[in-house]
Amino acid sequence: MPRRDDLNSILIIGAGPIIIGQACEFDYSGTQAIKALKQEGYRIILVNSNPATIMTDPETADATYIEPITPDFVEKIIAKERPDALLPTMGGQTALNTALTLAQRGTLEKYGVELIGANKDAIDKAEDRLLFRQAMEKIGLECARSVVLNAQDYVDISAPDIQAMGEVDRKKLLKKVAMAHAEAALDVVGLPAIIRPSYTLGGTGGGIAYNREEYFDIVGSGLEASPTTEVLIEESIVGWKEYEMEVVRDKADNCIIICSIENVDPMGVHTGDSITVAPALTLTDKEYQVMRNASITVLREIGVETGGSNVQFAVNPADGRLIVIEMNPRVSRSSALASKATGFPIAKIAAKLAVGYTLDEIDNDITGVTPASFEPTIDYVVTKIPRFTFEKFKGTKPLLTSAMKSVGEAMAIGRCWQESVQKALRSLETGLTGFDDQTIEGVAPDNPDKDAVKAELAKPTPNRMLMVAQGFRYGLTFEEVRAATKFDPWFVRQIEEIVRAEEDVKTHGLPKTREGFQQLKSMGFSDARLAILIGTTEAELRATREALNVRPVFKRIDTCAAEFEAKTPYLYSTYEHAVDGPAEDEARVTTAKKIAILGGGPNRIGQGIEFDYCCCHACFALSDAGFETIMINCNPETVSTDYDTSDRLYFEPLTTEDVIAVLRREQKAGELVGVVVQLGGQTPLKLAQALQDADIPILGTSPDAIDLAEDRERFQKLLSQLDLRQPRNATARSVEEARTLAKEVGYPVLLRPSYVLGGRGMEIVESEEHLNRYIQEATEVSGSAPVLIDAYLRGAIEVDVDAICDGHSVFVAGILEHIEEAGIHSGDSACCLPPHSLAPAIIEDIERQTAALAKALDVRGLMNIQFAVKDGVVYLIEVNPRASRTVPFVAKAKGVPFAKIASQVMAGASLSDFDLPTEQIQHLAVKEAVFPFTRFPGVDIILGPEMRSTGEVMGIDESFEAAFAKAQLAAGNMLPKGGCVFISVKDADKAAMVGCARSLMDLGFSVIATSGTADYLRERGVEVASVNKVAQGSPHVVDAMINGDVQLVFNTTQGDVSIRDSKPIRQTALFNKIPYFTTVAGAIAATAALKSIKDDSLSVQSMQEFFAA
Amino acid sequence: MSDTPTHSLFDKATALKPTAALVLADGTVFKGYGVGSEGMAVGEICFNTAMSGYQEILTDPSYAAQIITFTFPHIGNVGANAADHETGKPFARGLILRERVTDPANFRSETALFDWLKDVNLVGVTGIDTRALTHHIRKGGAPNGVVVHAADGALDIDAALEMARGFPGLAGLDLTGDVTCDSPYEWTQTRWDLGTGYGEQSDAKAHVVCIDYGVKRNILRNLASTGARITVVPAQTSAQDILALNPDGIFLSNGPGDPQATARWAAPILQELVNAGKPIFGICLGHQLLALALGAKTVKMHQGHRGANHPVKDHTTEKVEITSMNHGFMVDRDSLPDTLEETHTSLFDGTLCGLRVKDKPIFSVQHHPEASPGPQDSTYLFHRFMDAMAQGALTPA
Ligand SMILES: Nc1ncnc2c1ncn2[C@@H]1O[C@H](COP(=O)(O)OP(=O)(O)O)[C@@H](O)[C@H]1O
Ligand SMILES: Nc1ncnc2c1ncn2[C@@H]1O[C@H](COP(=O)(O)OP(=O)(O)O)[C@@H](O)[C@H]1O
Ligand SMILES: [Mg+2]
Ligand SMILES: [Mg+2]
Repeated sequence: MPRRDDLNSILIIGAGPIIIGQACEFDYSGTQAIKALKQEGYRIILVNSNPATIMTDPETADATYIEPITPDFVEKIIAKERPDALLPTMGGQTALNTALTLAQRGTLEKYGVELIGANKDAIDKAEDRLLFRQAMEKIGLECARSVVLNAQDYVDISAPDIQAMGEVDRKKLLKKVAMAHAEAALDVVGLPAIIRPSYTLGGTGGGIAYNREEYFDIVGSGLEASPTTEVLIEESIVGWKEYEMEVVRDKADNCIIICSIENVDPMGVHTGDSITVAPALTLTDKEYQVMRNASITVLREIGVETGGSNVQFAVNPADGRLIVIEMNPRVSRSSALASKATGFPIAKIAAKLAVGYTLDEIDNDITGVTPASFEPTIDYVVTKIPRFTFEKFKGTKPLLTSAMKSVGEAMAIGRCWQESVQKALRSLETGLTGFDDQTIEGVAPDNPDKDAVKAELAKPTPNRMLMVAQGFRYGLTFEEVRAATKFDPWFVRQIEEIVRAEEDVKTHGLPKTREGFQQLKSMGFSDARLAILIGTTEAELRATREALNVRPVFKRIDTCAAEFEAKTPYLYSTYEHAVDGPAEDEARVTTAKKIAILGGGPNRIGQGIEFDYCCCHACFALSDAGFETIMINCNPETVSTDYDTSDRLYFEPLTTEDVIAVLRREQKAGELVGVVVQLGGQTPLKLAQALQDADIPILGTSPDAIDLAEDRERFQKLLSQLDLRQPRNATARSVEEARTLAKEVGYPVLLRPSYVLGGRGMEIVESEEHLNRYIQEATEVSGSAPVLIDAYLRGAIEVDVDAICDGHSVFVAGILEHIEEAGIHSGDSACCLPPHSLAPAIIEDIERQTAALAKALDVRGLMNIQFAVKDGVVYLIEVNPRASRTVPFVAKAKGVPFAKIASQVMAGASLSDFDLPTEQIQHLAVKEAVFPFTRFPGVDIILGPEMRSTGEVMGIDESFEAAFAKAQLAAGNMLPKGGCVFISVKDADKAAMVGCARSLMDLGFSVIATSGTADYLRERGVEVASVNKVAQGSPHVVDAMINGDVQLVFNTTQGDVSIRDSKPIRQTALFNKIPYFTTVAGAIAATAALKSIKDDSLSVQSMQEFFAA
Repeated sequence: MSDTPTHSLFDKATALKPTAALVLADGTVFKGYGVGSEGMAVGEICFNTAMSGYQEILTDPSYAAQIITFTFPHIGNVGANAADHETGKPFARGLILRERVTDPANFRSETALFDWLKDVNLVGVTGIDTRALTHHIRKGGAPNGVVVHAADGALDIDAALEMARGFPGLAGLDLTGDVTCDSPYEWTQTRWDLGTGYGEQSDAKAHVVCIDYGVKRNILRNLASTGARITVVPAQTSAQDILALNPDGIFLSNGPGDPQATARWAAPILQELVNAGKPIFGICLGHQLLALALGAKTVKMHQGHRGANHPVKDHTTEKVEITSMNHGFMVDRDSLPDTLEETHTSLFDGTLCGLRVKDKPIFSVQHHPEASPGPQDSTYLFHRFMDAMAQGALTPA
């Protein structure tokens, strides 16, 4: 069946901002899909609000809408573009849900848009847990035993007395009725029980109950969280083995399994938070085939006609009993992982299948000679380890459950599991060199209490696998470790072997022979780890190893275990067994002039997709400039690790050892012109010095200049030379010094540990008492870990600047004015381009300072500066001689590929070679951040200098108000068109609220306020109603919010007591999806934005239209 | 823990002395560490790319006179058990692995693979760069070679080389005599199910005589599961004796060796059976023998097909099935007489994978619909055979 000719244009919905559970894997899949479909000659229309994506590059799709992904906006796009079809399976849950709503509303029918890839019924059947269960029953597959608990099964809610009740009372009644039947449900499923509230996102309100008390608690909170007051109560199968199967199906009903994935963390830990391994390692073929058949049957029954899906299973380790957990009728995080693990590009193939091709009509790119209708087989092992950021969310315990909490992941490839897992551990960049020693709270290393160790092992924490190793070090037996963790014994034994080998190294030193050393390295030990074990430096260890000629070789990922020749240089390193003679190496390096680009490693808060975007652009630009491009990265979610992006891809940890090994190999032929370290965030930057020490040329800004910008004292000297102003500051190397210096600088001060990204551990400190607390709780202060103290500029406007310098001239790419005041991390703040309120003289000054700094640092390529403007004075906050988070935003807002230009500049081009815009743009672009607070219940959502957002969106329009409104909608802050606004602000902000309240009332909103704010407003002639604070007793504002009587919240606060008191307001807003603003600037901007959405007049415009020459 | 020698990486005296080697007839030597029995095993070196089912592979009679390279590094994870045997004992001669065999981890395991290998007298070598070896095979074709294993490390490479050079190779070898049964027997066991294991056939709808050229048990189980009462007969049983059993259909099994060598005596029997007009279904060697009996030719392949991921297109439905394959010879498409029609084609390299006799309920496939190990997409072929027999009953030839 060839390509469908009845379709001309196809709409693809992206996944929007990066959030927990939906990261850059959807840029990878969406970009693949768009490229594939464009190649087939279709006109592609894309909507995605995330500017930091490759898919929203103007040359990717034909019409690119950076607009909110809401049914309303997508409908506008459909009405304008009239696509023939909509492909909803590439943009995660966001795209799927949006498409489903459009189908339900009749929009698709109205405009004659066909859903391709997955139809409405299939989506319904897969996503509705009850329908899914019924479908599984029909095909004879087992699900966990469960009961749906909903009061509506016991009372008639249409009864007049119930109808007459207020929302709160009704909810209370329904909850009470449901709770009365919770006991009966417990009898059916037993303890522990899994509680999943209906219609909530990512398991909000649900959890695992181990005892009766917890059970009733969680059922209660689940009923509370569910808008339909419904929970699914399920038999717990915590501790069973968990598997995923990635399946692809075509129109002709050909089904193939791309990859099986086994979770090392057993059931109970979300697969996204689990350490996973591909392929499955602990199933007999008979069991595997049962699972394979079941996966295919599930796809057929659910009715996924074409494309990729993921089916999850649980297996009882005692008897192999198989239970279906769920299926996702779309590409997913796991399918991206499976694609990277096998070399089979699921999204690309799925896109082609959606337009009518069958698998046998599509080629396998990697071999070039075989078709896509086969099942990849691999001759290596892949391990993925998630990366967490619990430390940024004070008040949450680092415990893993059925709701996902990780923010990124690293993947590693080895010829055996030990090699792949140890590579994965060091890929995480959390300071691990392998299975590093761990401390367990309350366990004394010299006399460990075994029961305490076992208790730690029984806890599902992010570090559990490391604790397994520690357990062995503390003398636990294999059986004890297995029983405590429920890990499959195979993995436990493998880890035990690693610990034993470490002990041997500690006792005997390093192997003396090449064979022995090679063998040790083939278990995946890093030089750094071995150095720790024998108490030497990594460099020393490397010298010893290389003296014995123990080196890695590179093997290809080829989808076929070497049965056919691999044409695509997709490579990984391994220490191959080769008892005598050299091991086979398949790098086949070329004689070209080449440039290596180092990626950003696993996503984390502060370093995400924006950096991958820059790395990809470097590949594209340098390839255009005639270089061979070499990508090194270990993040499976990214476009940069697509084998299509660079000429040669090395899937490797970003450590000195691994990167130098690759570069040395590449240097064996051709010319390695240089390495790009300034695009992947802090990760590659940290390697710059080591690379230079190894005589590897660094492209762009020199490592010395990088150090100059990052070393406080050197930097200050530079600033005084240039006569630039910083906030008053000091560096403290002891607690005493911190106290004295803080007083000298003057409170409020901003404290932080040195050398951090994303404002880690940063806090605004108001007083000495506060300082003492910070030092006790949040940080260590010592000579080697100094604390930096800055005068905190309260109420200043923060400005981000991105510039490119070629060593001679400087081009200011963008000046972004933050909406929130300085003190809110630049990554968490909304911002606007061009600046909407800065005076021309200030802008000029900023440009002058930027140019001076760029030249002084001899920047080659990109640099980013943050300034704070207070009382007409421009202060310098920090300089990053590298690409910043905002580069893609600026590029999209201005329609200029700055990352590409910077890459070419790094490779020697001069700025004058480019046609750079001199005119200011005529529209406005607003960036807004999105936060993962719903994943961390209990954490206060007040913003501060420590970054906590996971992603961002862009709103672009003719006016600031419209652009800001779009940014809010895109970020999921559903600004109301009418209703009631609740205002409660600190004294300093009260004046600003007068105008806001007036405008709101003019727009037809009613306004309520807490007493202080209300009095202030009334005194100034704004008639607002008062409402109780929570502390003042019911009925208070939170009651009103739960009741649905509040549609928007403005709440600013300061001081411990009021922060604590007002926290329930913010929590209620968060969990009831009431849009909220916690800064005065945000509130003012939101008020302006409300005007622009009032009459539904926001229009949609594509990037191509914005920048039509 | 594993009893594969755990060498001290640290002590110079005992450091990693190789205890086994693979010696190819071309003189290439791969050194590694022994697993399983000690001694020397000679055969054709082939590779299999399946990631699961090593025990089924090792006990598949079609591997007689071959030494198997597993391309997947971790072999042995799930141990060994009696239920996963495809015959009474393995016919493969040895195995070549990348990784050391680990302790087993699976509820179905009864013994560790390293113990089982000793029990069944298989010689193995671990620590080999199996990917490099696979490349070697891909470039030069399946070589002859020897795996030699001596726990004390006294490896006589010269003797191994001589033995490898002395091995005649599979071309021209009829190996069915080594693997076929001694006397006829009945088979009633049905397919494996999770939870219940193997079942028993209770209501047979047809009687099938299976000619045993080295039959895998799972073929018999599939036949039983689809409703056949089965009589397995030795390979050389005459057509007359077979027909005397009054079968509804005849099944030609898989098996080892060069089909042309076996066809010298088997073709005449098959021709008679074809002429008898009974439904016939052949798999693998059975397929090749049928083709030879009907006038087609077979050829030896460069490296063969062995794995569990091979796509095959069924031309009767135009659907693709993912199959289990294990063959080093194939039917030459250009040699097909007019009476035969190609029904299945490999999508990997376009080779012929299935054929049928025009106007007769006689067909065969090169791949393994019984799987074990591998995907079960092709099970429908057993139903096709049952349907043919049901048809045959309606319209007696
Ligand atoms: N009955 C259960 N018992 C124990 N753990 C469960 C059960 N059901 C689901 N889980 C765990 O919860 C995780 C998330 O469940 P899943 O249905 O996959 O939700 P999501 O849609 O968020 O992926 C699973 O990966 C699994 O580890
Ligand atoms: N002196 C200061 N006065 C007010 N706000 C500041 C000051 N210094 C830093 N900030 C705020 O803290 C945030 C993080 O500080 P920054 O130095 O940029 O750290 P990072 O390296 O994490 O980006 C800035 O975005 C800014 O909002
Ligand atoms: Mg899931
Ligand atoms: Mg900053």
